[in-house]
Amino acid sequence: MHEKVLEIKKLVVRYDTDYEKVEAVNNISLEIAKKETMGLVGETGAGKTTTALAIMRLVPSPPGKVISGEIYFEGADLLKISEKEMRKIRGGKISMIFQDPMTALNPVLPVGEQIMEVIRLHDKGSKAEATKKTTKMLELVGINSERHNEYPHQFSGGMKQRVVIAIALACNPSLLIADEPTTALDVTIQAQVLGMMNSLKDEFDTSIILITHDLGVVAEVCDHVAIMYAGEIIETGTIKEIFENKKHPYTIGLFNSIPDLDTEEDRLQAISGLMPDPANLPKGCKFHPRCPKCTAECKHRVPQNTEVAPEHFVKCLLYKGTEAAK
Amino acid sequence: MVGLYLLVFLILVAICAPIIAPYDYDDQNQEKAFKFPNREFWFGTDNFGRDILSRMIYGSRVSLQVGLISVGFSALVGCTLGVIAAFYRKCDNLVMRVVDGFASIPYLLLAIAIAAALGSGINNLMLAVGISTIPAYARVTRAAVLTVKETEYVEAARSIGTNNFRIIIRHIMPNSLAPIIIQATLGVGNAILIASCLSFLGLGIQPPSPEWGAMLSGGRIYIRDYWHMTVIPGVALMLVVYALNILGDGLRDALDPRLK
Repeated sequence: MHEKVLEIKKLVVRYDTDYEKVEAVNNISLEIAKKETMGLVGETGAGKTTTALAIMRLVPSPPGKVISGEIYFEGADLLKISEKEMRKIRGGKISMIFQDPMTALNPVLPVGEQIMEVIRLHDKGSKAEATKKTTKMLELVGINSERHNEYPHQFSGGMKQRVVIAIALACNPSLLIADEPTTALDVTIQAQVLGMMNSLKDEFDTSIILITHDLGVVAEVCDHVAIMYAGEIIETGTIKEIFENKKHPYTIGLFNSIPDLDTEEDRLQAISGLMPDPANLPKGCKFHPRCPKCTAECKHRVPQNTEVAPEHFVKCLLYKGTEAAK
Repeated sequence: MVGLYLLVFLILVAICAPIIAPYDYDDQNQEKAFKFPNREFWFGTDNFGRDILSRMIYGSRVSLQVGLISVGFSALVGCTLGVIAAFYRKCDNLVMRVVDGFASIPYLLLAIAIAAALGSGINNLMLAVGISTIPAYARVTRAAVLTVKETEYVEAARSIGTNNFRIIIRHIMPNSLAPIIIQATLGVGNAILIASCLSFLGLGIQPPSPEWGAMLSGGRIYIRDYWHMTVIPGVALMLVVYALNILGDGLRDALDPRLK
């Protein structure tokens, strides 16, 4: 049906410290098709950012280490190629938008130069061409190109994030990883930035991995969603399936915790309990201590992927044996 | 600001030395030896009848030269070591322990060793001062780079495919310069002081070169009768070091946002 841009197979990333070993990403598999936007949703510490860094091969090492798994990008396993080839891919074919635009720009360089840096690194061409492209990128994200000589502190937060996006898109990457691109921005700017990312996606045929914990943002821009919990993807499917036919108790809890406009509620519906200590995960299903539908079996049996509807996978024992007819 | 004015004044004096000095620093006039400050010789004359003012003016050249070059040398070497230690964590222990080793050698001993091995003179003096102040720069740089290295814009630079060398030069160094500049400014005063101290002991600049420390040393046997021969270079030395220290403090206040 569609062409895969990125395929992650059984990726395990572990952080080793002197005291403990933490599997931040535990055996996840993920596929992203061309021009598709995949939302990666989960609580703080679920392993979303680590997954993104693993794709870029930027997991801080030490203490982080990719233990096993394969990441195929346009046919090549990113975990096997040399550092030099990887540098060509970073910023060229895969680029990343960071969470906080306030700190993602170098405070002592003018923004134009920072955009130019990525162009000069990846496109062979004269300085004049790079300058021209810089101007074009700035205009594209809606910043007056006369401001290319200004420093990051002279821009507002939303504009800085747009500069970051300009840097990320400057070399027409085939995959854009956006790590909570709107978390640090207020809502009106969020809408602007998301709208811009969507239109740029159409223009450049870019696939996007959107990391967020905001389901509203997901609903706005994503085609597919993967819900992460404690280093695992526990539910994945198309946006329609997940929003209308959610199966995993954690996903249901996540949606329930969004306050409803129409009904008056005194308290927000939270999922009881806390994220488990990643160094000391519960046996069996990792969600069982907090799960309202926990059974005796959940406490010792690790659930496997179950396809409850086409392209809709759930890791929960409740749905074992209810595979969608093929 | 006072510090800056004094320093600028000193630099001007050093540059214009041949124009403003009333006499040559080497002019001996036995008939006019041991004169107290008077109209003809503003700062008096020494035991050979040389004009102390002229010697002071020429001496400022030596002091500035020693201060700037030795600081430049040690800042360059120290910063390089500090960056290597902070950026390539595997080398950290090795580099910093070697630097600690340097820090443990007293600079006097080092200067004596260098003077004994290579002979005394202005170049070896600068070398001795430079080597003995390397550890301070290495430590300051390492600390600054360690902080900057973890910032998101360095990670962002990495994520667009920048190589390590470029990251260090373009992104890390400009953002870690503030503490290094402060250290260097304070270091110039310190270097001038050490150099004078070594010259005073006869390990640095040899007569008849007009060096403030050497002038102090030359005047010390006459201090009971002719105090001006030691007091004037001493006060000048104090003023310069003081000026550099306030300048360094001022720079720190201006560059370090945490102190505001």
